[in-house]
Amino acid sequence: MTERTPRTCLALFAGLAFCASALAEEVQVAVAANFTAPLQAIARKFEKETGHNVVASFGATGQLYAQIQHGAPFEVYLAADDSTPAKLESAGLGVAGSRFTYAMGSLVLWSAKADYLDGSDAVLKQGQFQHLAIANPKAAPYGLAATQVLDKLGLRAALQSKLVEGQSITQALQFVSTGNAELGFVALSQVFKDGQLGSGSAWIVPQTLYAPINQDALLLKQGQHNPAARALLEYLQGPQAAAIITSYGYNR
Amino acid sequence: MPLTQADFDAVLLTLKLASLTTVLLLLIGTPIAWWLARTGSWLKQPIGAIVALPLVLPPTVIGFYLLVSMGPHGFIGQLTQSLGLGTLTFTFSGLVIGSLFYSLPFVVQPLQNAFEAIGRAPLEAAATLRANPWDAFFTVVLPLAKPGFITAAILGFAHTVGEFGVVLMIGGNIPGKTQVASVQIYNHVETLEYAQAHWLAGGMLAFSFIVLLALYSGRRVRQGW
Repeated sequence: MTERTPRTCLALFAGLAFCASALAEEVQVAVAANFTAPLQAIARKFEKETGHNVVASFGATGQLYAQIQHGAPFEVYLAADDSTPAKLESAGLGVAGSRFTYAMGSLVLWSAKADYLDGSDAVLKQGQFQHLAIANPKAAPYGLAATQVLDKLGLRAALQSKLVEGQSITQALQFVSTGNAELGFVALSQVFKDGQLGSGSAWIVPQTLYAPINQDALLLKQGQHNPAARALLEYLQGPQAAAIITSYGYNR
Repeated sequence: MPLTQADFDAVLLTLKLASLTTVLLLLIGTPIAWWLARTGSWLKQPIGAIVALPLVLPPTVIGFYLLVSMGPHGFIGQLTQSLGLGTLTFTFSGLVIGSLFYSLPFVVQPLQNAFEAIGRAPLEAAATLRANPWDAFFTVVLPLAKPGFITAAILGFAHTVGEFGVVLMIGGNIPGKTQVASVQIYNHVETLEYAQAHWLAGGMLAFSFIVLLALYSGRRVRQGW
């Protein structure tokens, strides 16, 4: 977070929104696949507290971008990176100054097998596996981060032939959880619950090995006059949402 | 033209997959269609329904079941592993097997219709002329069912070219092995490379139109006989 002004603007708008919150509104949200579980948890709380209704569509950041560009009726965009929302903002499809980082993603090397990974990169370096799943590095920020890690460790060339790509980070997880790939780079949020690993084994990749995954939110033009859209963005910056977001393994 | 080597590789791979699948399906589909056309067994309807399933199931369902069953814990995966073949997901062979399921009805149904249309009379006539059943099949049935075979081959090929969901679920997007044209189009759209997406998508559109045009033109000529 570098800009402060958008936040204060948003706070003002949200203040107005709260006055009108007696009227329950519906907000259409486009959400990056990796944020599926935390958003569902946040939406439940938000709906209870404000009476608004959240309708969420989950997908790959690039795919949602294409849909928004072509008139999809989304009002809030929660991306998995910071460049795609910035593009929409400068193209005039988002409300200027409404963009902020709602979460910072963590990358994890994960296996569905309980004793496969020992909390280090040893298994990755030994290379005794058939398939390593990643998300498409050109379309998904977590896929890009995964290739940065392989580059930093000098393993890219050695492991290239073992890489299998999911179209989104969700599909990469699917490949690993069905056992078709022994291990894969996924978002920590996908395998983390209530502050710990849900199942399998993992190596939480040090943040120094990949560029920060800033996940930015943007108020879209269609949501400009919807108080529920403003309220949701305000709620995302509040302490209740922050607690949920960090419990899923994101940083704030 | 903004197409890259990866795009051409994807097109070539698609044609290879569709050709192989079509040949295999004609070999597998002919006995199934023949049996379905002739049998009076109570199994005719259930088997016919199973063959037709891919017509109505979303490809994601077929892809999901294949992903699970071909995986190391699934029954196909266990079988291939015990044969020393490893698992079939993320391989070209895996795509061929997926395509066989996916395009099966498009080959079996035209063949079945063709066999049913021939009826019993020509075969009985052949039998009175002392042709053995195999002889009768190759010299009587095959020539009479030729239009059915052409339709089956074209539909099987074209439908496999258009396969997307199954490949997406079990392919892993590996260039030269599982990255087919439809997936490559999806990649281009996702990464906002719309010029390349347009070229490939336009090519697919033209190809599909020409295939269907050829199919319908052939039909009109045959009906005119």
